[in-house]
Amino acid sequence: MTAAANADLLHLARRPLFSPRAWLALALCTAALALLPALNLAVPPDHPLHVSSYIVALAGKFMCYALAALALDLVWGYAGILSLGHGLFFALGGYAHGMYLMRAIGRDGVYQSDLPDFMVFLNWKEYPWYWAFTEHFGYAMLLVALVPGVLAFVFGYFAFRSRIKGVYFSIITQALTYAAMLLFFRNDTGFGGNNGFTDFKRILGFDVTAPGTRAALYWITLAFLGGSLVVARLVTQSKLGRVLTAVRDAESRLRFLGYEPLGFKLFVWTLSAVMCGIAGALYVPQVGIINPGEMSTENSIEMVIWVATGGRGTLIGPIVGAGVVNGLKTWFTSVAPEFWLYALGLIFVLVTLFLPQGIVGLVRRLAARLQERKGSARIEEQKA
Amino acid sequence: MQLAAHTGRLGRRVMGWVLGLAALAACAGALAQDLDPAALAPLASDETDAKLGAIDRLGRLPDPRAAEVLQALGDGQLLATPDGRILVERADGQTVDPLSGQPVAKPGDADNVMINNRLRRAIGAALATSQLYSKQAGERLAAAQRLQQTSDASRLPLVAEAIRRETDPQVRAALEIAQARLQLAADDPALRRAAAEALGATENPAFRSMLAALVQQNADGGYAEPDEGVRSAAQAALRRIDRHMATVEWAGNVFYGISLGSVLLLAALGLAITFGLMGIINMAHGELLMIGAYATYMVQTLFRQWLPPGWLDWYVVAALPVAFVVTGLVGMALERTVIRWLYGRPLETLLATWGISLMLMQTVRTLFGAQNVEVSNPSWMSGGVTVLGGLVLTYNRIAIIVFALLVVFFVWLLLNHTRLGLFVRAITQNRRMADCVGVPTGRIDMLAFGLGSGIAGLAGVALSQLGNVGPDLGRGYIVDSFMVVVLGGVGQLAGTVIAALGLGGVNKFLEPYAGAVMAKITILILIVLFIQKRPQGLFAPRGRSVE
Repeated sequence: MTAAANADLLHLARRPLFSPRAWLALALCTAALALLPALNLAVPPDHPLHVSSYIVALAGKFMCYALAALALDLVWGYAGILSLGHGLFFALGGYAHGMYLMRAIGRDGVYQSDLPDFMVFLNWKEYPWYWAFTEHFGYAMLLVALVPGVLAFVFGYFAFRSRIKGVYFSIITQALTYAAMLLFFRNDTGFGGNNGFTDFKRILGFDVTAPGTRAALYWITLAFLGGSLVVARLVTQSKLGRVLTAVRDAESRLRFLGYEPLGFKLFVWTLSAVMCGIAGALYVPQVGIINPGEMSTENSIEMVIWVATGGRGTLIGPIVGAGVVNGLKTWFTSVAPEFWLYALGLIFVLVTLFLPQGIVGLVRRLAARLQERKGSARIEEQKA
Repeated sequence: MQLAAHTGRLGRRVMGWVLGLAALAACAGALAQDLDPAALAPLASDETDAKLGAIDRLGRLPDPRAAEVLQALGDGQLLATPDGRILVERADGQTVDPLSGQPVAKPGDADNVMINNRLRRAIGAALATSQLYSKQAGERLAAAQRLQQTSDASRLPLVAEAIRRETDPQVRAALEIAQARLQLAADDPALRRAAAEALGATENPAFRSMLAALVQQNADGGYAEPDEGVRSAAQAALRRIDRHMATVEWAGNVFYGISLGSVLLLAALGLAITFGLMGIINMAHGELLMIGAYATYMVQTLFRQWLPPGWLDWYVVAALPVAFVVTGLVGMALERTVIRWLYGRPLETLLATWGISLMLMQTVRTLFGAQNVEVSNPSWMSGGVTVLGGLVLTYNRIAIIVFALLVVFFVWLLLNHTRLGLFVRAITQNRRMADCVGVPTGRIDMLAFGLGSGIAGLAGVALSQLGNVGPDLGRGYIVDSFMVVVLGGVGQLAGTVIAALGLGGVNKFLEPYAGAVMAKITILILIVLFIQKRPQGLFAPRGRSVE
């Protein structure tokens, strides 16, 4: 057993990214997901295989959530940093993209001005400085990655340097998100106050609401989700990932061994924030609105429960969890909205009490038990 | 209000007796140049101008009876007969002759004297001066204070006459201020200067604009006030008033800071026990506050329905033990069912208690509806006391400050002078060792968590007196409460107190400059920066048990 583990460690660098079986499963899932918009566009509505636009939009939204959950799992599942502020990074990415989308409206707004409607409404005469160049799509995309990234880097540097960890870090990220939400709710910050950005018309010249554009956005989201999963897997399978796991399990011991955790934590924290920002940027054109409500404390904690439900530290778990929890949410809010908070609350309690490894952990445990039973059955067979 | 009307009526009656005695004792003409039929006669005429003249004359008569006539005229209680007699109809239905004060039979042909808005204004102005001669010091004071607001220089001789007659020092001071205000427009620079100085000495912001107008520079470089000496006196007076205003503002900030601090303290105190001492990240703490507030609402409803109305004023007092017990029980139930399985896993506790908070919120929403419920202040908590001439300290805020201090004392007593407190502290310091020497850790955990929750319930009672009571009440306090406990240092009661009061104070002092939202953001950022420097909070526990 120990010999095997040692060998495993020695061959760390040469371990495959995924097992062949996992590759196959991933490819099948991706293909199935990719097929959805095609079934919506190409199959006539009365055909049994037709997928409604509602389902496609929903799946696109869920994939954005899944990307955010994946980002959160990188820091929580592997480095043990529980962030209650990923809603902020998500929203910042969304706002950065939203700035471009607002400018792409042009003069088609209600007031037919060069400025977005909310600025006309608030008597702004020109764009504030931080809106500069946002009419260029490329620059806006740069902001999508840079704004959450830089904020996370600066905040993380100060927090990790003074060794704030555990719940303290969680509470501080929550306070940061809360402060940002208060700020964005104000009308004079130039982000549309509590209405946020909405009424988008076009993206890169394409109509945002057209089925074709929506399908393209969906596929792009899927590509980013798959790509991010591979990147996250690369990170966690590398030696760096091993150090991160050590940070999670015994940071003091790691320090005594001569590692400085600051850089490792900072890297994964910033990477996670950027991923989350991208998720937000993909989310905004598909949902058609971004407002400060995305930064509320509730949203960030809900992200955490997606990860916990799916299984932290498994990468695939958060994706599953985001889908399951949000699927339930959609179902409840349409069937019995008054029971949704009970259900969500129960998920929080039950998952933490009975499913510490989440759905993925449960599946693994069941599979292991099945194998064990198979093994013992074979032994008994041999005995007989 | 009713009381004031009552005393007013009583005062008038007393005045009537005094008048009657005076009329009996004095011979005709003893009150020369006082009220006489000739002064009253024009009131009976139909000419508004004649009435105006009569009102003006009445206002200048240093005779308390003139005030009575004017008052009656203003109230529509003045009767006039076609032959020019004027009678006053008192509130008790009695008709009297204002000159003699004697009751007379109401003549059949007497009519109420009609007044219009122009007359009403004139009556108001005339009364203001006329009441300067009232027998009641309180009425004279009120009249003098009204007079401070006028800028009619023709009143000056009147005021001087009133000062000459005045014996009450307080009324005299008020009159002198009124005189100074009128003398600000006098021709003699020395008088103006003295007036400016007198106004400065009042430290009353109401005179600020008047003084500021004196030192205002016109477009052509000249001043509204030609005399250099008067200008410098006005400047000095302005500085004095400004200084006083700054003091009042500062005192107001201190008061509101302490008030906000005591609210934060109440909200955070329960958390200081559950999070600070026991290490449980209780995200449902805000909902426990909310349950306390709803318990108050329930008690109020019960009082309204079952008890005599006189008792309603004390429902808040009855709500305290109810809220404490209800939230305490909820807390203990939570501890036994969920939290006890999660000791040592703080992040999981955080998630589980968040889930509980969602369920509690939804339960309250189902039971009481999503709207805010109405919780009213008892009468002894409404109103306030005015200090420093302009700062209102409301009774409900004062009550909450006192209450917060009492609760802190209660918690301190419990933690430091009871067996339960001893056990709680023992478990905080070393759970396993405490267990070994026979501390029933499980039961103590439950009781301590119940205590923290119960204190949250007490805080909920206080919060219900300050703001809206709705299912979302707790959400607004959760971030703040954690900030207070983290800033104060975990496990430190004194730290929590100081952090709460400090945060409240800083917040209120920042608000005038930055606005409420920016002040809050600034504070959150300051806390994040502060924790960089002192990750363990203001009062860090020292020793090996820290890690």
